[in-house]
Amino acid sequence: MKSLSEIETTAKRASKAAGFSWGEAEEIGKCIRQLEMFGLPGVKHLNSYFNDKKKNTYENLSSINQLNSSSSNPYCPIILGISFLDQLKIVENYEKIYFSNIAYPIIFLSFLSRSSEISGKKINVKFDEKEIFLNLNVNIYSNFLNLKFPKNSKNLEINFIDNKDNFNEDEWTSLYKLSENTFVEETDSLKKGAAGAGLTDND
Amino acid sequence: MKVQLRDPNTIMKLSRLGSFHQSKLSFLRSFLNEFKDWEYKRDLFNLNRFGYGEAVYSFKKDKRTYSLVCFANKIKDDERSDRVIATKWDAAFTLHDGVPTQKDIDRLKNEVPRQEVGRLSFKELTLSRANKSLRVFNHVVERLSEGKQPDLELLSNVGYLYRTTAVYGSGKFGLADRFRIKNREEINGPFRLEMMLVYLVRQFTFDQVNHVAHHKNPSKSVVLDRKICKNLGIGNSTGLGMAPFIVNHPTLLNNWVMSREIALKKIREIKIVKKKDSVLFIDCLKKSLTNITSWNTDSDYQQIKIKNLLKDIKKFIHFIDNNFDFEDEYPFNQIYLWLEEEACEECIEYVVSIMMEPYNEITNPLVSQMSSEEDKYFTIPTSRTIKDLINIIEKKYSNILKINFDKKQNIQNFWFISKNKEEPRLADRFEEGGSELEQPLAIARDVKKLYKKLLVTKNNSTVAEFLSKNSELRHIVRRVFIVEKFPYSEIQDNTIGKNIMPIDMLRLKLSFFGALKFDPRSDKWLRICMFQGAPLPDELKNYDEQWVYRSSN
Repeated sequence: MKSLSEIETTAKRASKAAGFSWGEAEEIGKCIRQLEMFGLPGVKHLNSYFNDKKKNTYENLSSINQLNSSSSNPYCPIILGISFLDQLKIVENYEKIYFSNIAYPIIFLSFLSRSSEISGKKINVKFDEKEIFLNLNVNIYSNFLNLKFPKNSKNLEINFIDNKDNFNEDEWTSLYKLSENTFVEETDSLKKGAAGAGLTDND
Repeated sequence: MKVQLRDPNTIMKLSRLGSFHQSKLSFLRSFLNEFKDWEYKRDLFNLNRFGYGEAVYSFKKDKRTYSLVCFANKIKDDERSDRVIATKWDAAFTLHDGVPTQKDIDRLKNEVPRQEVGRLSFKELTLSRANKSLRVFNHVVERLSEGKQPDLELLSNVGYLYRTTAVYGSGKFGLADRFRIKNREEINGPFRLEMMLVYLVRQFTFDQVNHVAHHKNPSKSVVLDRKICKNLGIGNSTGLGMAPFIVNHPTLLNNWVMSREIALKKIREIKIVKKKDSVLFIDCLKKSLTNITSWNTDSDYQQIKIKNLLKDIKKFIHFIDNNFDFEDEYPFNQIYLWLEEEACEECIEYVVSIMMEPYNEITNPLVSQMSSEEDKYFTIPTSRTIKDLINIIEKKYSNILKINFDKKQNIQNFWFISKNKEEPRLADRFEEGGSELEQPLAIARDVKKLYKKLLVTKNNSTVAEFLSKNSELRHIVRRVFIVEKFPYSEIQDNTIGKNIMPIDMLRLKLSFFGALKFDPRSDKWLRICMFQGAPLPDELKNYDEQWVYRSSN
């Protein structure tokens, strides 16, 4: 079994050899390591993308808007991913972001996962009937388990999810009430003697 | 009185970094301190009469066990090489996480002796190999088998029975990734498991030499005297493989140097020094003279440094004995200021290390701050402005900006990875091919390139905008933001100039390992000795912490 350290180093060097700058290659190494750690086929898709890159042309999108469409060649998932990371402060304010025609969406996904961690917001990604939930770069959920990621995605939609509770107020109140059963009711004497500070702090 | 931390522009110059010495913060000493109350055991010793076979040594505490698995093999004399191109070694080792089963040992027997071409698993933590100093090993076997102890002068000249030629960890060749073990309290310090491997290998070398001598002449042989064992270490040959590490791990480098600098600052700020502390300092200082006078090297470069060190240490001792009173206020600050005025870099850093000896309360908390969560600082803050970036560069790289990289001599060399061994190398850009595959280790040159480009970019544009048009400078933009937070993260020197001494980079790292007696064999590789004078494993529960300065070598 290859260690994650070997995967990161090899992905970085291969990316440089495939024509990316050292700084970009460092980003790619980190992302592929992360995908493999989540059990997703990062090495497989990066390898396949670099092979395709020799024959095909890909678009470099360096400025991201709400609607992004490449009518001719698919977007390079790496330049797109790095641009997304770099422009995160702007794009996280969009309610939804749409892309059409992205090559190797799983590679782009790894950059989105890092974006989720950096922005502190969960991200929902939909493409080609598939739904993926990126949880602060801690884990990735999806509604498909066979891990067959396509080589190309026609339409991809990104949605930053506002930080909010996954439960309603009643559920919280009920649980909190139960937790109160671990507290001791304070008598007058306990109020005076059991706390570090005095009864007033106006001295 | 508040003392300022030393200026990175001075401390992070290669000549200064190449003058660093081991100290209480060094990893082999902090390893011994951490593992002193662990249970040491030799679990298996299955060698034939010539010393070939397997052995297992372990450290155990509560439910945790670390086991060194050793494989000693017969090799021909003409197959023995310390160079990284070697494919066979006298012995090969791995540190196994837990107690190895027979199945593990059988698996490892097929992989460990093959080193870089073998495959390890997540159950193995470090990997190494070593060659005998044939001259010393054979001499010791001969003498012990005759019932005599070996010639101390020969042993003193060499200092070890075996030397390692590489120690690998952190995910190399399938070894466990650091993230799997990083939360273990006992290894909360850099390279702790590498140190454990080397330390246990040292014991294996003693056991093996005794074993071979015994089988050579069972009725007459004696074992190697414990005092002699203690004064032997493990040699190590280190080449350029180590140099890029300190460039590629800027926050880690910062945390090593920062710990040293904080220790020095705190010691200089001590107003009244206790008598017992000044006595310990002077004792270590005077006894350490043996370390200097027994420091053998054929390197002219190092001989001059040793000569100057010895001269300045003697001058310093004279000053302390005749013109200095430890009862004055802030004595260590006075000492430091005297050294800055009167001593060479080698001597300044030598004494700085010794100053730490009395102060466990200062050094111990720093040891746990010498690792780094590097990923935390990887993301570039791209919403910041070009003006911010320019300000950081002008403040943090002021000396670097003075270098003229249009001059051939300042870009003479380039770093590359050799295809044959996947190891870093340095070559002349104008005489050798391959510079188009240069590694991103010319930080000074690239910082200057970035700076020039920034000066013609709008001040209020963002880093994100800049990077979208200048992706070739992305790696260096990342570093600039790292050095903003970590002042000692960058070598403040040119790493590709004509006069670069790569061994300065090796020496910096090896000093933090705790190596003694650096012996440069060229400008690109050197030999060192580790654990010479250190307690033996069965003495760890109660050992002299200042053993470094009190060994008889």
